[in-house]
Amino acid sequence: MSMACKAPKKAPWASVGSLFPVKAAVVAAAAATLALGSTVASATEPLEPKDVHWSFEGPFGTFDQAALQRGYKVYAEICSACHSMNLLSYRNLAQKDGPFYNPKYPNPNESPYAKAIAADIKVPDIDPDTGDPTTRPAIPADHFKNPWANEAAARASNGGALPPDLSVITKAREGGPAYVYSLITGYIDPPAGLTVPDGKYYNPYFAGNLAASWSGPINKVPPGGFIGMPFQLYPDRVTFDDGTKATTEQEAHDVVTFLTWASDPKQIERKQTGFAVMIYLFLFAIIVYLSYRRIWRNIDH
Amino acid sequence: MSGHSNYVPKTAIERWLDVRLPIVRLAYDSAIDYPTPKNLNYWWTFGGILAFCLVTQILTGVVLAMHYVPNADLAFNSVEHIMRDVNYGWLIRYIHANGASMFFLAVYIHMGRGLYYGSYKAPREVLWLLGCVIYLLMMATAFMGYVLPWGQMSYYGAVVITSLFGAIPYIGNAITTWLWGGFAVGNDTLNRFFSLHYLLPFMIAGVVGLHIWALHVPGNNNPTGVSVKSKADTVPFHPYYTVKDGFAIIVFMILFAYFVFYAPNALAHAENYVPANPLQTPAHIVPEWYFLPFYAMLRAVPNKLLGVITMFGAIALLFVTPWLDTSKIRSMRYRPMTRWFFFAFIVVTLALGWCGSKEPADVVIRLGTAPDGSATGISVTTFSQFLAVYYYAYFLVVLPLLGFTEKPLTPPETISTPVLSHGSIAMPAGAAAQAEKKG
Repeated sequence: MSMACKAPKKAPWASVGSLFPVKAAVVAAAAATLALGSTVASATEPLEPKDVHWSFEGPFGTFDQAALQRGYKVYAEICSACHSMNLLSYRNLAQKDGPFYNPKYPNPNESPYAKAIAADIKVPDIDPDTGDPTTRPAIPADHFKNPWANEAAARASNGGALPPDLSVITKAREGGPAYVYSLITGYIDPPAGLTVPDGKYYNPYFAGNLAASWSGPINKVPPGGFIGMPFQLYPDRVTFDDGTKATTEQEAHDVVTFLTWASDPKQIERKQTGFAVMIYLFLFAIIVYLSYRRIWRNIDH
Repeated sequence: MSGHSNYVPKTAIERWLDVRLPIVRLAYDSAIDYPTPKNLNYWWTFGGILAFCLVTQILTGVVLAMHYVPNADLAFNSVEHIMRDVNYGWLIRYIHANGASMFFLAVYIHMGRGLYYGSYKAPREVLWLLGCVIYLLMMATAFMGYVLPWGQMSYYGAVVITSLFGAIPYIGNAITTWLWGGFAVGNDTLNRFFSLHYLLPFMIAGVVGLHIWALHVPGNNNPTGVSVKSKADTVPFHPYYTVKDGFAIIVFMILFAYFVFYAPNALAHAENYVPANPLQTPAHIVPEWYFLPFYAMLRAVPNKLLGVITMFGAIALLFVTPWLDTSKIRSMRYRPMTRWFFFAFIVVTLALGWCGSKEPADVVIRLGTAPDGSATGISVTTFSQFLAVYYYAYFLVVLPLLGFTEKPLTPPETISTPVLSHGSIAMPAGAAAQAEKKG
């Protein structure tokens, strides 16, 4: 899901001179036509995200643990080839509300699930005897392995685009889980008249402005933008251990559930705490209101 | 803090302390016995709500500072570390982040109440000025706090706001460089913003002390705007207003808790969960909601320096409001014309906020269609200009002129008069005193 092409690159000093770094041109255009009002094309807004239903929605939502586990599998087998999740450790997978939480192992570092998942992955380390770079099996305390040695390597392998880190992706995109779901399921063939650059793919949910690549009627510019990531979630690309059929929608639903958990792993605890807090505050408010009425009962005001 | 003290030390230690440091007397006079007009409505509870907000921000902020790392390479991840690994870190951080919004919500209502009921007029000008100073300090604190997570919006917010000072002729660039601590927003900027973000709240607390002092000398204004004439007009602060403010604070906490627990990121921007990247400008740079009206005024003026002056002037007007309003009547209850201009002022300010959240070239009122199918008409920029003119006119034309031309209604003789003529059962004069004993 490369979003590096989202906005034009600019040196920081280039934006400093102008009050409105990005919008300088737009502001100038607006200023030029101020007296009469102005017109600016905003014809290529991306599509609104699809309406998806999630187990974690609403004040009482919780994560469907089976979906989290399937989602982790999608991440591990597909996404993790290009996308890092630097803020997560393998132990997180086994913490409360996590994909592999088991009440028998309240300390996620001691969870056999976290240990087994970590042990399958080789992470870089330094040999303490020689000082040479080496690898070793991961332990639950290790961060998720980064697929790239550095940003340059990531860009070199992706046509110059940087696959974003997915640790907080559903918090970091307008539209959240529904947007990510729509993006990864939303690939369609580019409409005739749209010239797709080499190494880019058309996606109607991705932000961009396609007017420059569009040869059709000027008032029919297609919605969306060009993204550096091709469609990934082919049916049956993963085999789910619980026998769930791996359709595109299922894979997307599960991986977005996993990514939503990863972005805010304490959200279930947050909402459950919130419910208790709300009950407390409502009762407190009633009691204090009655006290108020009683204290003021003889004051005409 | 002023006037006659009714404090009588009852215990030996209180008597001992009272002749050395009369701190218990101070607390008694200002929080227990302080005579308060008995007709204050719920708009007056926002002072107490703001005190609650300040304490909440300082307490959560001190804990956050124990875990936060003010370094350009580590700041973003340290905030996420707080959310993920610190015990109840998610709670503390979401309280602090949403607390800023709640603080501004309360302060805007507090200021609006002051404007409507004429709380800035004699003898409360200093009280009002100190409030304006607090508001300025709050804006500086909130801005610098928003920079600390070092996300994209933090970074570019810092770039846009600090480069405003570059509009000052001749010395602008030198000031900007001085603010940055370098030639671009970077680690040095983050470090000093963290330092100042920790310092300013204590300065706010200090000015709040002065604000309360300046309140307790003339005493509260009230919805009638009529000065307190006798003891029958007032009740002691405790328990009457401790319980009323207490109730309002709890109701406010319910709203606060809704955001913290159920919509913790609703008032923020998704873009700020993307780590700051000086090489990639976000598509939309938008400040937090509480700065949007001023942002709209900044953008409404095509010239950068004039835009900056327009924006800061909008705040500066508040400082001179006591001397712009020529009316002798405090409360707009008795100013039949001015009150409508006031309501329009509120609507205009909200509309400016809406404009600040939109793209300058977006069309507000559609008048036609461009060849590419998009709308043409009155742009957000043009709309903002009309609104900004009204904002300025409210202070510079409406308040000075209507004081002379408007024929106000007659305010009641005393605070107690409208209460007694309200139709409820009239009370004997001693009733308030009796209630005190029972309370």
